[in-house]
Parts: sequence; C-alpha cells; structure tokens
Amino acid sequence: MDFITILSIFVLACFVGYYVVWSVTPALHTPLMAVTNAISSVIVVGALIASAAAGSAGSKWLGLVAVALASVNIFGGFAVTERMLAMYKKKDRPAPKAPDKAGGAK
Amino acid sequence: MEAVHAVNPWVALAYLVAGVCFILALRGLSSPASSRAGNRYGMLGMVIAVVTTLVTHEVASLAEIAGAILIGGGFGFVVARKIKMTDMPQLVAAFHSLVGLAAVLVAVAAFLNPDAFGILGADGNILTVSRVEMALGAAIGAITFSGSVIAFAKLNGNMSGAPIMLPGRHVINLGTLVAILAMTGLFAAAAQAGPGENPLFWVIVAASFAIGFLLIIPIGGADMPVVVSMLNSYSGWAAAAMGFTLHNSAMIITGALVGSSGAILSYIMCRAMNRSFISVIAGGFGAESGGGDAGAAKTDRPWKRGSAEDAAFLLKEAASVIIIPGYGMAVAQAQHVLREMADALKEEGVSVKYAIHPVAGRMPGHMNVLLAEANVPYDEVFELEDINSEFAQADVAFIIGANDVVNPAAKTDKSSPIYGMPVFDVEKAKTIFFIKRSMGGVGYAGVDNDVFYMDQTMMLLGDAKKVVEEIVKAL
Repeated sequence: MDFITILSIFVLACFVGYYVVWSVTPALHTPLMAVTNAISSVIVVGALIASAAAGSAGSKWLGLVAVALASVNIFGGFAVTERMLAMYKKKDRPAPKAPDKAGGAK
Repeated sequence: MEAVHAVNPWVALAYLVAGVCFILALRGLSSPASSRAGNRYGMLGMVIAVVTTLVTHEVASLAEIAGAILIGGGFGFVVARKIKMTDMPQLVAAFHSLVGLAAVLVAVAAFLNPDAFGILGADGNILTVSRVEMALGAAIGAITFSGSVIAFAKLNGNMSGAPIMLPGRHVINLGTLVAILAMTGLFAAAAQAGPGENPLFWVIVAASFAIGFLLIIPIGGADMPVVVSMLNSYSGWAAAAMGFTLHNSAMIITGALVGSSGAILSYIMCRAMNRSFISVIAGGFGAESGGGDAGAAKTDRPWKRGSAEDAAFLLKEAASVIIIPGYGMAVAQAQHVLREMADALKEEGVSVKYAIHPVAGRMPGHMNVLLAEANVPYDEVFELEDINSEFAQADVAFIIGANDVVNPAAKTDKSSPIYGMPVFDVEKAKTIFFIKRSMGGVGYAGVDNDVFYMDQTMMLLGDAKKVVEEIVKAL
C-alpha cells in the first residue's frame, strides 16, 4: 500500500469513528473507554512481527515484552468490559403477564 | 528480503475484516441491549488480527510468544475480574499506560530491525516516511505512557490530586513539544539512517517520556476525567502511527476509532464543566480543593436540618422522586442501600428516577456503571438534558454525594468559578433532601451552594450510607 492509500483509510476511519462514537449512549461511556483500550491493543500485531522475526535478538525481546503488555490490555480490557456490560439490566417488569413489551429477554 | 506489505490480498482483507469488527464493537455500544454483542465483535476482530499475523509471518519463537500472551493475558484477566467498579478510572489509566509503552517498544523494535517490518530501503536506510511515522508513534506512545502513570497515581491516591505547578512550565512544555517535532524532522532528513543508527531517535523517546510527565502533573484531581479521556485518545493515535509504519489497515482503523473516541469524550467532559480544553491542559484548576473541610463555606446563614424519619415520611408521600447521585455516594459505597430505598419507594407507588451529570463520577459514564452494579435498571437512569425539565413537576429532589452539579450559582453568578456549567434545576422541586457529611465542606470547585439555605431544602448530615440506611429503616 502506498502512503496515500493508507492516509485515505486513516482519514475515512476518523470520520467513521466520529459518527460511531457520538451514537454511543452516555450511560456506556465507561465501557466505551474500556473497550477502546482493548482494541487499541491491536498494536500487538506490531509486537508479534517484532518478536517473530529472526535477526535481531534485541528487537525480538522488545517484541515479546510488548506482546505481554498488549495481552494484559486485550484480555483485561475485554473481560472488564464484559463484566460491566453484564450489569446493565432493564427494569424487572411483571414479565410473564405483560405481552406488550417484547424486550427480547426470556 | 521481500517487503511485508507485498503479501497477498487475502491478508490485507483479513486485517480489514478485523478493522470492521472493531467498528461494530463500538457501534454495539449505542444501546445496552446490543452492547454485549458488540464486545464479542471486538474479541473476534482481535483474534482475526493476531491469527493473521502469526500465520503470515515466519514465527521463529511460537513458544515464547504463547508464553508472553499467557503471562500478560492471565494477569489482565485476573485484574479485570477483581477490580472494584469505583476503581475503574485507575484501571483504565493503567491500561492506557500499557498501550503507550507497547507502542514505544514496537517503534524501538522497528528502529532496530526495520527489515522485519519491511521498511528498510534498498540503500540500507530506513524509509524516510517510515522514520517520521516511527518517531511520531514512539513519541505519542511515550507521552501516553508517562502521562497515564501520573494519572493513575493521582486517581489511585499514590500521589496528591493537587496540581503541582512548576515555574515557567508553559515555556518548558511548549519548548519540549517543539523540540520533539524538530528532532523528528532531523531524524527523517538524516543521511545516516540504518537500523538503530541515529541516536536522535533515543532523544526523541526520552523527551517524550519527560513531556508526558510534565503535562499531567499540573492538572488537578477534578480534571482527571478529561485527562483520562485525552490519554485514551493518545493511545489511539499511537496505534494509528504504528499502523502507518506497518501498513496495517486494522491498526489504522482502530487507531482512528480510539483516537476520535477519546477526543469526543474529552470534549463532552469539558463541555459538562464549561471549561475549555486548553484551560484543562494548562492545569491548576482545583488547587484550593486539596484542603477538604477547610471551612470555606459560610455556615452562618440559616439552614434546616432534617431527620431520617422526616425524609422517609415525605418520600413516601411523594408522587415522584428524582435522585441525584454524585461521587460522594460512591465513596460512601451507598449505591446498594440507595437502590433498596428506591425499591421500597416503588412499592409505595412512588415514581423514582436517577439523574446523572456527565461529570458525576471520576470518568465518563462512571456513575452509570456504579448504579448498574447496584442493580439499578438502566431505563430508570437519565442524562442531564433528558431529565432537567422534570424537576418542576418533581415532589422530591434527593441529592446524595453531589454538590457543584446542583449549584444554581452556575446559572446566575457570573463571578462563580463554575459559572456556565450545566447544572440540574433542583431548586424547582417542591422538596429537596441534601445528604452531606457536614456543613463545612464544599464541592471540588470550592464554592458555596445556595441550595443549602433554601426554604424547601432539608439537610441530612452524616455518612451517605448510614443516612440512607436510616431512611430505609424508617420507610
């Protein structure tokens, strides 16, 4: 990919990000931060390339440390997001005898 | 050696799919109902990105990589399961610092071994554009790291939340930033730029660590929500910069998403405090708040003290109650007993709603998580704009652990430090209950609150949890 292609992806993704993030409900802003934390650890891709490559031992160990750091974030970020999201519940309606609201829950 | 980005189009496609999964992960957060599916998309995207990378590169050390993932992942998982919801801002700050440090390490690895990243030119020099990208990635990563470490220490109480003001800090900070940019230019323009050759790279990294530290220490505890959001944004830009270096669309898309997400959250937080982003970054706000109950409030004005029994009686008689929780509620761990109170009221036929100010917690949306943890249904929780018109019809406004966000001075008193901040119109409610530890303390902004002295206000002094427990008993 040449630089302009990459730049195009970047600029368009910024716009996508802008609109997607404004549509996030304020009640979920903390999970949003936790999950953005997790996905920004996609930097692990760079760490994997560094640690997989033969040639420079220094680069390999730096890569391995970066893999470990990013893994803390990936597992921790997704797990804590999952934990938070599981806590958001709707009002307990008198569910069995209220067919008017099909909330999707059982 | 062939360049990494000359690989087959399926690989590029896989990274693109990963990027789209990350977009869907954020899209899912538009409502709590779809949010968990969104989180799964995020995990799927990460698996695709990692597997694609491992499959398409000659992995010489799979065992070591698996070990690194196990150690890091195991630690992260355990911390994520154990962390208290009140400590979420610290956790997020700590996570940001790790992204930042990982970005620095990747940039350094690319600098030492550019061949592996396919950014080594035919003349034995690292490609010029890649030099700019790796220097910027390392710089942003380093700023994210040291800034987040300070934010963590302030949020976690390892360090005083009071701003630390160095003389001439604006000059030092601006000078360092300009120097980093200038050195990046020199680094890109240097004739000698083989793997690990130009020591200027190390100077850039060192200066960036220093500036991250210097930028955050003058910022007070009250502004930490903005800082955490801002560092969130930086961690995204760091990932994007490394994505440019690696020509990897998943990283670029993610970086742009995270970068804009953090920027928007910072903007929302600033707007909720009616402060400009520049004034937050310049620091110093909340310098006077460190003293706690320093007695700045003028308690000589008449005010009414209520008892838990009075409050219970009036709450039961009310048709509608709006609860305004603040961070003080979370500190007192009163959210569970508060929900019990709401349940008891609902059984009496009272309509109960929660009103949340954007800066009610220590990070965006923090209060919503704390209430969700206490099993408060999310459809009873409302944002400032959505509920503010309802105070005029409300019988009771129940303020627990909040102060500045209900201060009418923000609307009327031009000289007040919080003037212009959007606040709840609690004074329109028929009765106001104000739970507060004592009459001496004032909010973060250090200003007196007229609501204390209004005719319809009853002060319930004491620990928030104990007061609410007494009310529940009396109900």
